[in-house]
This record gives sequence, structure tokens and C-alpha cells, in this order.
Amino acid sequence: MPLTLAVRDRKRSPEPPVAISRAASAVAVAALVALPGCDGIHITFLDPQGPVAAQQRTHFLIILGMMAIIVLPVLVLTPWLAFRYRYGKHNAYKPDWNFSWKWEVLLWGTPAVIVVVLGVFLWRNTIALDPYKPLLTSGPPIRVQAIGYDWKWLFIYPDLGIATVDELAFPVGGQLALDLTSQTVMQAFFVPALGSQIYAMSGMVTHLHLAADAPGRFRGRNTQYNGMDFAQQRFEAVAMRADDFDAWVQKVREAGPLDSRARAILAAQNTAQEAAQNLGVTMPLRFGSVPPDMFVQTSQPVAAAKP
Amino acid sequence: MTLHQFLDTAFGRLGWDALPFWEIVRHPHDGKAWLNGLIASGAASLVVFGALAVVVMLTRRRWWRSLWSGWLTSVDHKKIGIMYVILALVMLARGLVEATFMRAHQATALNDTGFLTPEHFGEFFTTHGTIMIFFVAMPFLTGLINYVMPLQIGARDVSFPVLNSISLGLTAAGAALVMVSLVLMPFSTGGWSGYPPYTERSFNPGAGPDYWIWAVTLSSLGSTLTGINFSVTVYKERAPGMHFFRMPLFCWTALCTSILMIFAMPPLTVATALLALDRYADFHFFTNDLGGNMMNYANLFWLFGHPEVYILILPAFGVYSEVFTTFSGKTLYGYRALVLATMCIAVLSFGVWMHHFFTMGQSAELNAVFGISTMLIGIPTGVKIFDWMLTMYRGQVRLTVPMIYALGFIMLFVIGGTTGIVLANPSVDYQVHNTLFLVAHFHNMLIPGTLFGMLAGYTMWFPKAFGFRLDEIWGRRAALGWIAGFVLAFFPLYGLGLLGMPRRLHAYVEPAYLPFTVVALVGTLLIVAAFACLCVQLWVSVRDRDHLSVRAGDPWDGRTLEWATSAPPPEYNFPVVPTVESKDPFTHEKLDGKALQSPDDWQDIEMPRNAALGLVLGLVGFLGCFGLVWYMWWLVVLAALAGLGAVIARSFTRNTTKTISADEVRAQYMEWLENVRALPLTVRSQESSRANNGRAMPVMKEQQ
Repeated sequence: MPLTLAVRDRKRSPEPPVAISRAASAVAVAALVALPGCDGIHITFLDPQGPVAAQQRTHFLIILGMMAIIVLPVLVLTPWLAFRYRYGKHNAYKPDWNFSWKWEVLLWGTPAVIVVVLGVFLWRNTIALDPYKPLLTSGPPIRVQAIGYDWKWLFIYPDLGIATVDELAFPVGGQLALDLTSQTVMQAFFVPALGSQIYAMSGMVTHLHLAADAPGRFRGRNTQYNGMDFAQQRFEAVAMRADDFDAWVQKVREAGPLDSRARAILAAQNTAQEAAQNLGVTMPLRFGSVPPDMFVQTSQPVAAAKP
Repeated sequence: MTLHQFLDTAFGRLGWDALPFWEIVRHPHDGKAWLNGLIASGAASLVVFGALAVVVMLTRRRWWRSLWSGWLTSVDHKKIGIMYVILALVMLARGLVEATFMRAHQATALNDTGFLTPEHFGEFFTTHGTIMIFFVAMPFLTGLINYVMPLQIGARDVSFPVLNSISLGLTAAGAALVMVSLVLMPFSTGGWSGYPPYTERSFNPGAGPDYWIWAVTLSSLGSTLTGINFSVTVYKERAPGMHFFRMPLFCWTALCTSILMIFAMPPLTVATALLALDRYADFHFFTNDLGGNMMNYANLFWLFGHPEVYILILPAFGVYSEVFTTFSGKTLYGYRALVLATMCIAVLSFGVWMHHFFTMGQSAELNAVFGISTMLIGIPTGVKIFDWMLTMYRGQVRLTVPMIYALGFIMLFVIGGTTGIVLANPSVDYQVHNTLFLVAHFHNMLIPGTLFGMLAGYTMWFPKAFGFRLDEIWGRRAALGWIAGFVLAFFPLYGLGLLGMPRRLHAYVEPAYLPFTVVALVGTLLIVAAFACLCVQLWVSVRDRDHLSVRAGDPWDGRTLEWATSAPPPEYNFPVVPTVESKDPFTHEKLDGKALQSPDDWQDIEMPRNAALGLVLGLVGFLGCFGLVWYMWWLVVLAALAGLGAVIARSFTRNTTKTISADEVRAQYMEWLENVRALPLTVRSQESSRANNGRAMPVMKEQQ
């Protein structure tokens, strides 16, 4: 897997001061050197594949750079102080010295200034990268309704009338506009190489916007522990060229409908593979048609006990 | 009543399948079932045979009587403190073994393999977290504060000695419940935070979450009572002249921690109680259906959970303050600033809980406010770090074991602080939340922060408690092992988190993760070795106790009141309540030649009598909760009645104190004083050698 180390989308990221950015890239390189090539699936925001992840990485590096102002002196001075003022060196001993305004101003001032600077970045980025807000820089939204099951994700494309399990395809140039809920316990939807994670909770709907810079495959998963096969609840997000996406949609349409039997099997505790087996179809598990109100039904507060 | 009905009533839902080897019986041809069954059975037999061994030893050595009157029913804050620390160390051993299993599993779990079953792995991370927080860190710091704080403020005991022993009883009962879950399985798989709806009955009907609920409830009740007890003690029991701003910093942190306990533990008790109502009585506080909402749980839990991390770290800050000032032979730099910083942290800690769930879908503005309030805590914390460094500046620094822990702490803690700031930024948190980055961060705060602090305190005050120092060589090996082991075990976890690996993951397919998990396993083994060094250290020190003796009571050239009394101190702490005239009172006494003088005004001392109430309430708490876990309702009723009866019976006890006559106090003190006066003064170069007899020449005098 080729690694691109340059920070992409300079225009979109707040510009870090040069020195910090340089130190930060060094850290990033160090972190990425340890990252061996894998089977073409992007797994981390350190190797960002979309505008959100890229800004998150930049922000992350800015924080590391700013914090180095505190951390490096501590790492250097602590052993030096312990050595320089070791017992038995007779000069310089000042047992009653316990206060100096000069130091005091520096001690409270430095972290305060750093927090103010970081606070500005924090405020701007938190608002800018609000997962609920559509991405300004990416193209038209592809609406997807994600339902977390034990232990798989169902992705409904309401505008296309299709659904897939553990396979999230979308065209490059567009942006994923996700509505999320859970049919079971709390889950967290996360595609690190593209951007933010967000919880999916029963009886509630959360939202998330993601986009990719180029065609590619990205690891996605549930990060909130939900039992036995939690580890298997991973999926692939795939960004495709527009014509590939259309071909993919056509292929999905050929699959069987998401009927009540399929719903019952999905609602049971199983992985995507087991669900496909129980349905008597091969992976990937896809549905050519979906009841239009399925997501709304699932995400509504439950009035009576679920069976 | 048929036999079947009788058994149902007697044993509730407890059946054969609760036994750790039951999986083997059910799947005799499954290799994984065998392996996991054997691991579980091994752990269960350790519990059973360990308990048996203790009973046999107590019987053979005829220690039952002295255990009863000297320890179990004692309300002496020092004995209670020691028992808390013993509980913490025993539970630490279990927590470490669990950590090793998890790391070993993850190092072998590439391509969905690994030797533990998912259920077993889930129990491991749940018990590990629950134990390390509630039954290692909390009892350790409660024990240290119990032992040290009353001595430092010149008190004879805490304000409510019997309540103190009740707190211990309840905490120990919670720990016992977690231990019993090894024998009668399963424990919860819902993590230490026990998030519903996963822990609700509809998703986890078994006994596991109930074990977790009651263990945590018992411990949280114990801690609330401890908080009340400690804060009242600091407010009301200070010796004459011990103004607030003359208190050692450890007492300030103890006070802040106690206040936090009072306000932060009840939300936890409420959260677990509501969850229990959901599970037992079909309520719907946090269920998916009928109006339940788990977000309320998340808020309640972290309303406890965030102050909790400061409950855990502040006493360690107190210990480090004592360590830096003592082993630099210098008064603490910026005492008032440190007090102010501690108070700031305590107050701010209540305003940041939402950063534990930035990803729950609230508005960006709200997230940003909580992110900034979280970063604010970094300011006083940073100030503290530099205050400790400036305490070394122009001092006489000795690299003793507590100092090694303290230096390791400073350097590692700033790294943990950095990652904390990273996590405080909602937009970046969206990337590292729920990953091993977070796990690495809080271990970075809790191991170099809390645990190193507790171990430094243990090393520093052990000679005060037992009259002999701990072996220096093994202590250094342990300290360096902890530091190196921590770095190797947890820095790879930062890497794994950045590579997108979630926490609590029992299998993965990314080859990139493998090297990190292997290094982390090596680090964990190093930590286990460091713990073994601590055990060897204890054994060697007890063996060589005559050579390591510091009966004069002041092995480190201490600065505060606890070093002025004998080691171990008498039950009443001070023959005459000291009058305090300054900060670092003992240092000033030593410099002015006022130390080791015999007072002329001797008085009778009134001390609390032993009480069995704490032991009884602990026992019925344990039995009652055990009954609740397994639906043995008769046991619950019996335990409740017994507890109520014990409290009522206690309220009829009029004779709760005993008097120690002035003559006896005087005789004891004068004998000790004569012995001490006969000892030569030790200089600091002899501090770690056998020449250290506990009578210190102040380092300031050495330098003149």
C-alpha cells in the first residue's frame, strides 16, 4: 500500500505554524513507518483518505506540536534537575526557597497561553467538523440509513431502494450522509480513514457525514463492545467511480428482497456471514428491495418490550 | 414441598453451569473449551485453596485470636489503613494476571484466532477494570490516607473510627464478591462502566452484570462513608496550631479527594441501583423500550466517573509532594499554588464529564464547551508538575525508591497529559474514542500517576508502619521494572489506537496490529516481573527486619508530624497532642533542637474500643449481595435482618471507649525516647544503608 505522507487538502486545514508542522510531520512519519502495507484497505486517519480525516490528522499534529512546548522541557529538565542537584553537591543548596513571582507567572502563564491557542483550534474544528453538518467541500449527498445489529451493519440506500450488510459503497465526489440507529444495544460507527465516529442508539437517530478523496477501500467497524462477536462486526466502506457505483447498484438490485424472514434473521444475534448462511445466500449479503419505512420503524422509540 | 422446590428455593438460579469447568463437561471434544475451562478452574482453585491455606495457617499458628482482636475488630485508623493496602495488593495481583492473559490473547489473535473464548475475554476486561479501579486504586489510596493523614494533622484517630471499619468491611465485601465470581461464574462482560442496554436483562439475563452491580454498589457505599469520615477528620481533628495552610499537601489532597468522594460516589450508587431496579423489578430507566434511555446512565455514570479519576490521582499528587520535598531536603516550592491547583482540579473535575461521550450526537457547541473545560484542567496540573521540578531545584536530591517512582511519574505523566489534551478535542476524539489510544491514555494517568504514587507512598511510609525499611535493591528493581514495563506495555497501545484498533477487541485481521500487540505483551510481562520484585522485596525485608530497623521513626529526614513519633506509632499516635507552629513542623523541631523532648504534661488518653460492627456489616453485605446475584431470597432477607440487628445492637453499646492511663503512656514513651537518644544520628548518605536507624540528622544541618 503506498503511503502518502504529505498533508492533503492544505486549503481545508487550518494552517499550522511551520515549525510545529515540521515537528509534527516527523512524528507522523515515525508513526507511519511502523505501518506495514496491508491488503489495500485503509485503516487509519494517519493515512487520511477523506477531507474530515485529513483535518483531524492536522489538528492532532498541531496539538502534539503545541504540547511539545510543555513536554520537551519536562523530559529534559527532570533528569537534569535530579542529577544537577543530587545529594552531596554542596553548592547552591537553598532549603527554604519556595516561591518566586517570576516563575509563578511563567508556570501559570505558559499552560494558560497554550490552552487558549488550542482552545481556538478546538472551537473552530469542533464546529467545522460537526458530524451532523454536510461537508461543504464535497459533492452531492448519498443518503444511507445505517442500522446496527448484533453483530453486523445494515446499510439502507433509501433513494435507491436497496440495502447491503457490512458493505458500504458510495461514489467518489459525493458524500455519505448517514442516519444511524441501533436495533439492539448501543454501537459506534467508525471508518477511521474517512472521518469521525458516532454512536448508534436504539430509539434514536444520529447523523454523520463522510467523503473520500479517491476511489479506495476503507475499514469500518463498530467500536462499542456489544458481546460475543463484537470483533467480527467490521465492514468495508468502498469509494467507487460513478460508473462503477452505478454498476454496483445494478448488481445489488438483482438480489432478493429484505422481507420479514430476512428481517428476523438480521435481528437474531449473528455475524453477516452467519446471517447469509441462514438466508441461504452467498456473501456479500445484499437486498434488491427494502420496505421504505424500515429505518423509521427501527429507529422509533419502542413502546412495548421487544421479543 | 418437593426436593426440587426446596433446591430451587435454597439455591435460587445457582446451578451446575456456574462451575468454571462446566464448559468442559458440556463440550468435552472442544479444545478451546478445555483450555478456557482449565484457565477458569485454575483461577477458581487459586481462590479456594488460597482461602484454605490462610485458614490453615491461622489455625496452626494460633493467630485467630490476635487476628480478631488486633485487626478485624480494630478501629485503629492505622490498622484499617494497612488492611486496605493489603486488600489492594492482593487484588492488584489478580488484576495483573488478567491483564497478562488479555495481552497474551491479543498477541495471538491475528486473523480471528487467540486462545480465549469471546465470553472469557469479555469477563477478563470487565473484572480487570472493575478490580483495578474499585478494589486496587480506591483501597490503596484509602489505606494510605487512613494511615498517614491523621498522623500528619496530629490526630489520635479519624473522627468516626467505627464508620471507618464499616467502610473497609463494605469495600472488602465488594472485593470478595468479585473473587467469588471466579468460583461461581460468570462475571459481567459489560466492561467496568457497565453500559446499558447491554447490561440490561433483555440482553444479559445471567448473573454476570448482577455481580458487577453489587460489587460496585458495596464499594461505592464504602467510599462515600470514607469521604465523609476523612473530610470531617481534616476539619475537626487537627492538632492545635495546625492551620489549613500549615497542613502537609498530602492532607490537602486527602481533603479534596474526600470532598470529591462525597459528591461523586452517590451518582454511581444511584446509577447501579437504577440499573438493578431495571434488572430485578422490571423498571425501565435505561432499557431500549418503554421510555428507558441509556443516555441517562451515561450521564450519571460519568458524573461519578470523571471526578473519580481525580479521586484517584489527587492523593498520588499528595504523595509526590511529600516525596519531592522530603527527598530533596527542601521545602515544597509553591505550596499555596499547589493547594490552589488541587482545589481548582477538584472543582473543575465536576464540569467535564461529557467528554466521555463526545460521540453521542449532542451539538458541536456543547462538545466544544466541554472540550475547553477539560483542557482547562491541564493548566493547574501543569503547574503542579513544574512546582515539583522546582522543589528539586537547588535541593539535595537523593534517588531513593520513592524518588525513582516520582521522577518516572513526572516524565510519563506529561505524555499522558498530552494525550489527554488530544482526547479533549472533540473533533480529534471522534478518531480515537473507544480505541486503544484511550486505553493507553487512562493507563498512562493511572499507572505512572496513581499506582506509582501509591507504591512510592507504600515505600515511604512502610517503615513508619512496621518499624523497618523495605529492601532498597529490590525496591529499585521493582520501580525500574514498573517504569520500563509501563512504557513497553502502553506506548504500543497509543500506536494501535491511532491505527484504529478498538478497545475490548478479542480478534482482528489487520497484520499491522501484530507487532504492537507483541511488544505490549512483553511490557506486561515486565510489569509482572516488577510486581514479583515487590513480593520478593517484602519477603527479604521481613527476613532482614532487624538490620533494616528504624524504630526511632524518622528514616528519611521527614518534615511532617508523622515522623516525630515512634515506628510503629502507638495506638494513640502521639503521647501528647503536638502543638504546631509552622509548616514542616518536624523539620523545624529538629533544627531548633526541640525534637525528641519529653513533654511535662501527661494526661490519660481516651481511645475507641474495638467494634465488630464493620466486620459484621461487611459479612452480611457480602452474603446479602451474593443472595441477590443468585436469587437466593432467603439469604437476602436473613442478611438484611442480621445487618439491621447488628446496627440496633451496636446502638445499645454504651461503653465505646477505653482509657489509657497517663502513666502507661509516659512509661512507653520514655522507654522509646531513651532508646532513641542512645542512637547515633544518621546522615543522608547512609539513608539506604543498614546504618539508617531512623534517627536522622537534618540534611540542612549536614550542609552547614
